[in-house]
Amino acid sequence: MKKTLLTLAASAAFAAMASTAASAATKACFIYVGPVGDFGWSYQHDQGRLDVIEALGDQVETAYLESVPEGADSERALERFARSGCNIIFTTSFGYMDATNKVAGKFPDVKFEHATGYKRDHPNVSTYNSKFHEGRYVQGQIAAKLSSAGVAGYIASFPIPEVVMGINAFILGAQSVNPDFKLKVVWANTWFDPGREADAAKALIDQGADIITQHTDSTAPMQVAAERGIKAFGQASDMIQFGPETQLTAIVDDWGPYYIERVKAVIDGTWEQVDVWGGMAEGHVVMAPYTNMPDDVKALAEETQAKITSGEFNPFTGPIKKQDGSDWLAEGEVADDGTLLGMNFYVMGVDDKLPQ
Amino acid sequence: MRIELTKRPQQSVLFSALSPFIALFLTMIAGGLLFATLGKNPFDALYFYFIDPLRETWSLHELAIKAAPLILIAIGLSVCFTSNNWNIGAEGQFVAGAIAGSLIPVLFPNFQMFLVLPMMLILGMAGGAAYAAIPAYLKVRFNTNEILTSLMLVYVAQLFNDWLVRGPWRNPEGFSFPGTVRFHEYAILPQIWPEAGRAHWGFIFALVAAVVVWFVMSRTLKGFEVRVLGQSPRAGRFAGFSSARMVFFAFLLSGAMAGLAGICEVAGPVEHLNEKISIGYGFTAIIVAFLGRLNPLGIVAAGLVLALTYLGGEAAQISLGLSDKAARVFQGMLLFFVLATDTLIHYRIRLAMNIRASAEGA
Amino acid sequence: MGVLEAILLTIATAATPLLIAAVGELVVERSGDLNLGVEGMMVMGAVTGFGMAYVSGSPWVGIICAIIAGALFSLLFAFLVLTLVTNQVATGLALTLLGLGASGMIGEAFIGLPGLKLGTIYIPVLSELPLVGKLIFSQDPIFYISIALTIAVMWFLFKTRAGLTLRAVGDSHGSAHSLGISVLMVRYLAVMFGGACAGLAGAFLSLVYTPQWVENMTAGRGWIALALVVFASWRPLRVLAGAYLFGTITIAQLHIQAISLADLAFLPGPLFWIAQLVKSIPSQFLSSLPYLATVLVLVLISRNRRLTMMNTPASLGKPFVPSR
Repeated sequence: MKKTLLTLAASAAFAAMASTAASAATKACFIYVGPVGDFGWSYQHDQGRLDVIEALGDQVETAYLESVPEGADSERALERFARSGCNIIFTTSFGYMDATNKVAGKFPDVKFEHATGYKRDHPNVSTYNSKFHEGRYVQGQIAAKLSSAGVAGYIASFPIPEVVMGINAFILGAQSVNPDFKLKVVWANTWFDPGREADAAKALIDQGADIITQHTDSTAPMQVAAERGIKAFGQASDMIQFGPETQLTAIVDDWGPYYIERVKAVIDGTWEQVDVWGGMAEGHVVMAPYTNMPDDVKALAEETQAKITSGEFNPFTGPIKKQDGSDWLAEGEVADDGTLLGMNFYVMGVDDKLPQ
Repeated sequence: MRIELTKRPQQSVLFSALSPFIALFLTMIAGGLLFATLGKNPFDALYFYFIDPLRETWSLHELAIKAAPLILIAIGLSVCFTSNNWNIGAEGQFVAGAIAGSLIPVLFPNFQMFLVLPMMLILGMAGGAAYAAIPAYLKVRFNTNEILTSLMLVYVAQLFNDWLVRGPWRNPEGFSFPGTVRFHEYAILPQIWPEAGRAHWGFIFALVAAVVVWFVMSRTLKGFEVRVLGQSPRAGRFAGFSSARMVFFAFLLSGAMAGLAGICEVAGPVEHLNEKISIGYGFTAIIVAFLGRLNPLGIVAAGLVLALTYLGGEAAQISLGLSDKAARVFQGMLLFFVLATDTLIHYRIRLAMNIRASAEGA
Repeated sequence: MGVLEAILLTIATAATPLLIAAVGELVVERSGDLNLGVEGMMVMGAVTGFGMAYVSGSPWVGIICAIIAGALFSLLFAFLVLTLVTNQVATGLALTLLGLGASGMIGEAFIGLPGLKLGTIYIPVLSELPLVGKLIFSQDPIFYISIALTIAVMWFLFKTRAGLTLRAVGDSHGSAHSLGISVLMVRYLAVMFGGACAGLAGAFLSLVYTPQWVENMTAGRGWIALALVVFASWRPLRVLAGAYLFGTITIAQLHIQAISLADLAFLPGPLFWIAQLVKSIPSQFLSSLPYLATVLVLVLISRNRRLTMMNTPASLGKPFVPSR
């Protein structure tokens, strides 16, 4: 017993020394809202972290904290990161916004990167997000081409602007092919509950949808679609393994390029505050290979993707009417980012009442 | 071979003092084995769990923040459990308290003066108590099992809160994201010592509550009444105590404490009401109440230890890459060992070689 | 497949894991123990079932292993609560904590792998029957097991001597002990049965419901199973009814969202008005319905004291130490 305690003390002293004698490598730290094993949102961010390690090798050292609740705990977690020698900290959920800004004020030398938020109270806070709705527009076109019922089902998580934006982009894409296309929406009120997502998919299919798309994180809807013999779109990661004959394409959250770029900027000393909302052009929104569709549909999808990438086309280009029939965008008018980032209305054609 | 227990005539003083240390020692061995299996140096891991979070002042403040709601709720529950009332819905009362306390800053944001905070705290306690009164009333009036009703009401409170912060109470300037407006300065619970860290007055409330409840339970007639009715309702009735009144007393008290914890969390570190405030403090507090052996002073220690395992889990995750799952398993082991070694206080344990036992099956 | 048929099938799938876990817990509680660790045992079953099925290539191997894993995991609870007389509520909660953590660790290797799905059994001819054909005669095997299990437990509890013994232990462990019944042995077996059922329910989630493994995939279903037992006032058939009622509310809620008012235009005025009203209720209120319904049912059954006394295991949650 006594010996154990001595060893413990010795090892403690050693550990303390080891942590103070930090190596010269730049330390990049990540905080996730879910477990890295969700195979969705947090999983994709962790893939981005692994990309950083692969790209920058010895120059970088990483650490992460998973399943950190978005209340009082997140501020502590961030402070611990900042104090443990992290040079750049990625906070990967909207709910970390206030904690990120508070801790950033205390640690001006540490760089903070907050995903999906809008507050940049200090010069060492950047925000970043991806224009996933660009991918949704392409999906809408594919759905309208392939659906024989003319109805798609959309499994939504929570009525926040990003999700509403995705729904609107999807229906706009679909209407560009088939003006009468209908979209049914089910709010699962969860980001992640495979059982509930599967039930939502079944409900939508039973109500006549023959294409399923989702803005929740699990692969369950893909499996349901495969079982029922219809087509579906993947979300967050390439879910082709879960529906080899089902997945049409998937919007892949590829955070790797952005993370590598930002960590490299810290290493080079060129990091500056930014507000990045990258889309296809920046390589932040990646479409999984177009599969399980005829060549002409694939050609259309690729053409739209190319147009969006080149900046020739914006999914939110008028004329667009709101759900109640009132005018939103005039002919040729393009939505401004501010409206999109606070979007709380549907465009015409969505068969649902937006929960308010 | 089987294990036989013999009830001690009275609690063992020796094991009362020793059992937490035996439990800690066993946890360290089992935890060390677990960490070694995961390929980590067990001594490093234990160091990060138990020592690293205690090295710096800011971290001690964080410990107080994490422990405050656990202690507050567990103290209320200890009275409840001692009186043999099983309120396991403290999480719901926590949310109810947070909602009730937020009424003023959300609905009357322009009402700004020093009275706001005390009113919020009182409303928070009232909200928690009122929500706890439901299972109490159902138990007294209809003899309905309070474990289940209080548990069911947790989900109802969470869903109601979710609706509030996404619907009527949503911050109009929050880009449609869920959550109320940020509270103004008069509605924020001050920090005890802002220069050193962000621990807020919730921790002081917890300590005061612990002392008061300890005094009431061990030195007053009310405490005697709680214990008598808890051990034997019949004996309590002969002594002239009303078990119906006790049900209300226990539930209202524990509800008020949970409500106070809720409003302290919202007015303290979170600074507004949102849908993510309910992260299981009410359930963890049940464990804290038992770790502290239903004694308010023991609960303070237990709350700090449990909070330490959260902080330590993070430290180990950052420094050693030990996963969050390992932290939870480690917590689970600690609880099992504490519960198991507490048996030594009340019972003598001996191993008996007995063949009859296995032949005696059902 | 008609819409109604499909909905019934979905409800059955949603109800099955709840039913299995709840029937197991019912036996545990009938013997006088309250095991709040259902969620933990279930998630252990889910990860074991998925993992062993993946490794062995056979879903059945996965299911058997999940059952064993659930039973072994529950032994931990049994040892503490029965042999060491620890508090049941705290021990059950600790079991859930441990299960969620341990399953996450074990499952790290299985993330992102498509699982094996247990096949469906088609009973020829009968499965072609309208409406109920698909529901009753064309299901996954665990659906049949869940129904058989419910009936078997009912028969066991109320028609066999062993069942009588178990109920006697739950009603009054003191008297049972003085009659020479080994109270601890009965309770050990009951807890392990509960664990085995929770394990099976978990395997249903990871092999039938959504054939994959992800952390915390039980998502609170263990807690609902616990509620169902009391909702059913410890009667197996009522557990069955409760599980299907709960499944129906869950699924109906999704359908209410998905259906469009335009499709309902054929309804006569008042009905259409009701449909409109129901559709305008915020989803949070619909989601809380099952919980409120459980509270209501609890009140209704407990108002009748005689009925409650008859069904409630009187020793539920009370510690027992055999005196010599």
